[in-house]
Amino acid sequence: MSVDWLIPAILTIVTAATPLVFAAVGETVVEKAGVLNLGVEGMMIMGAIAAFATAVSTGSGFLAVIAGAGAGLLLALIFGVLTVYFQSNQVATGLALTIFGLGLSALIGHSYVGKTFEGLAKLDIPGLSDIPVIGPLIFGHDGLVYFSVISVIIVAWFLNRTRAGLLVRAVGENHDAAHSIGYSVTLVRMGAILFGGAMAGVGGAYLSIAYTPLWVENMTAGRGWIALALVVFASWKPWRGFLGAYLFGGITIIQLYAQGMGVEVSAQFLSMLPYLATILVLVVISRDSAKARVNAPACLGKNFHVSV
Amino acid sequence: MLLRLEQRPEVSKSMVYASPLIAVVLTILTAMVMFALLGVDPVKAIATFFIEPISTLDGLAELCVKATPLILIGVGLALGFQANVWNIGAEGQLIIGALAGGGLALAFYDHSSIFLVPAMLVCGVIGGMAWAAIPAWLKTRYNTNEILTSLMLTYVGLLVLSYLVHGPWKDPEGQNFPESRLFHESALLPILIDETRLNVGWLLALLVVVAGWLLISRHIIGFQIKVIGMAPMAARFAGFKEKRLIWLTLLISGGCAGLAGVIELSGAIGQIVPSISPGYGFTAIIVAFLGRLHPVGVFFAGLLMALTYLGGDSAQITMNMPNAVIGVFQGMLLFFLLASDVLIRYRVRIGPHKVQAEVAE
Repeated sequence: MSVDWLIPAILTIVTAATPLVFAAVGETVVEKAGVLNLGVEGMMIMGAIAAFATAVSTGSGFLAVIAGAGAGLLLALIFGVLTVYFQSNQVATGLALTIFGLGLSALIGHSYVGKTFEGLAKLDIPGLSDIPVIGPLIFGHDGLVYFSVISVIIVAWFLNRTRAGLLVRAVGENHDAAHSIGYSVTLVRMGAILFGGAMAGVGGAYLSIAYTPLWVENMTAGRGWIALALVVFASWKPWRGFLGAYLFGGITIIQLYAQGMGVEVSAQFLSMLPYLATILVLVVISRDSAKARVNAPACLGKNFHVSV
Repeated sequence: MLLRLEQRPEVSKSMVYASPLIAVVLTILTAMVMFALLGVDPVKAIATFFIEPISTLDGLAELCVKATPLILIGVGLALGFQANVWNIGAEGQLIIGALAGGGLALAFYDHSSIFLVPAMLVCGVIGGMAWAAIPAWLKTRYNTNEILTSLMLTYVGLLVLSYLVHGPWKDPEGQNFPESRLFHESALLPILIDETRLNVGWLLALLVVVAGWLLISRHIIGFQIKVIGMAPMAARFAGFKEKRLIWLTLLISGGCAGLAGVIELSGAIGQIVPSISPGYGFTAIIVAFLGRLHPVGVFFAGLLMALTYLGGDSAQITMNMPNAVIGVFQGMLLFFLLASDVLIRYRVRIGPHKVQAEVAE
């Protein structure tokens, strides 16, 4: 097998996986705090359009990422206010967030169809990036790819090694106990929800300014939902979520290269692969119901209200 | 905090019905502000959206045509939601149902038979059920989350549709457009009012509303669905078969969605096209909640949501507004509904907790 084929393949896996890494790691924190936000798809698509609009009008990739994070955060704020303060059903509110996000992004994106952006700049360190094989693989990505890896490290460290992370987990496992020893369940949950929203927004931003630098309606194409499945697949562990995202990136590669290699299958069947793989992965991980219950945060999806 | 929520001793019955109305009013007010910000006359925009589309007989007929799939799917989903079975993939079940019925119509494209339409409807129901059976089987056998599996299957369903209209089912006599042959006249649902698209599907939707109401309020299965949703432990102690109810609610909602798909195809479209539904399966989720998960409520909510589709179309034509505004409206409506639903179980109090006052006494 020739190396010239392998390097672009690995680079494609990385770009396909990165948006999923952001969304899945963000949602991991949200779910660890006991909140199930099914609006990831809506937050991602809003992040995508906000980032693309900013990129087109300012030409700055950095500002675009900030805008994407901000859009995801704002949408998450709606979800947080409704579920944490108004005690609304988390499943229904998350779905509303997705429907709303898809509609609003299409409305805003209407005037951005057909516009172009040159894409996020790749890292280019003279010398290092020119090393054959290792150069493009380690030093040849755009900034967000490195940021996604760093965010996994930080989140894993935060959840498992810090006091604040312990508090987030406590709120997710037993909100009544956390409340009774004096911690604010509502504040912790709002914080987690907003963080998850910002991360989903960055994931969406990556799609519209780096993966395919253009705007198409519904361009997330279910990636928000795949990210949700990844969180379950990863048993709520950031590192496993990272691996899962790269696994899905690998499936995307099959899709792109299978036809190039002369496999006689319709494009539509190849496009089904990520969705079918998601189902398969869910089956494998949920099969053992006792184990699945141990891994899931005990208060996941349950609202908290101080009863006097 | 000055404003706080206090749990009501009992669920407020009046708020159950008032909450959707509050939500509708708030949505319209917010929409007016939004229009004003976009530089559109808000009163004119609301009139274009909600009054103009239904000011003619044709408009009213079209309202019923659009409401038909929403009501059909909404009734099915409401049953499942009451049992905490979250079928989010109705859009996919609609598509597979439509393909099952439409496939039959294509197979007999040059035959005339009075049995064709009933057979298509049956195929549609079976197709939708089959697609919903996958999440049901995975949930009962492997404990997988039905929200994610049913949704993933929606994307798969859309791709199946795309494959068929671009490949084997493409009209051999067409000009290479991704569309099937036009259905034979005997594969089309009978029209109820001449010159409109109002068809027998509307009557089927009404029938399903009545059947759904009978099931939920007069049948032991309806009772079991409600108990399992509100008190799963009690249902387990009472010996209700949880798995059976999961199967049942998913099959019913899938069957309803499949029926909606084939009605849309043979009543409103007349051939298989790449886009069969403008997201009816997702909008029906809002319809189910807005209708208070009750078949009769779903009926009214379905009409209201159908109006947003018509309004979006008319705003696009007369005011050049992108019809994505429909999704914004629908999402906003659901947000306001969920927010005002808090008043069903809680009341808003101003001032500090009452406990302190009691202690003082």
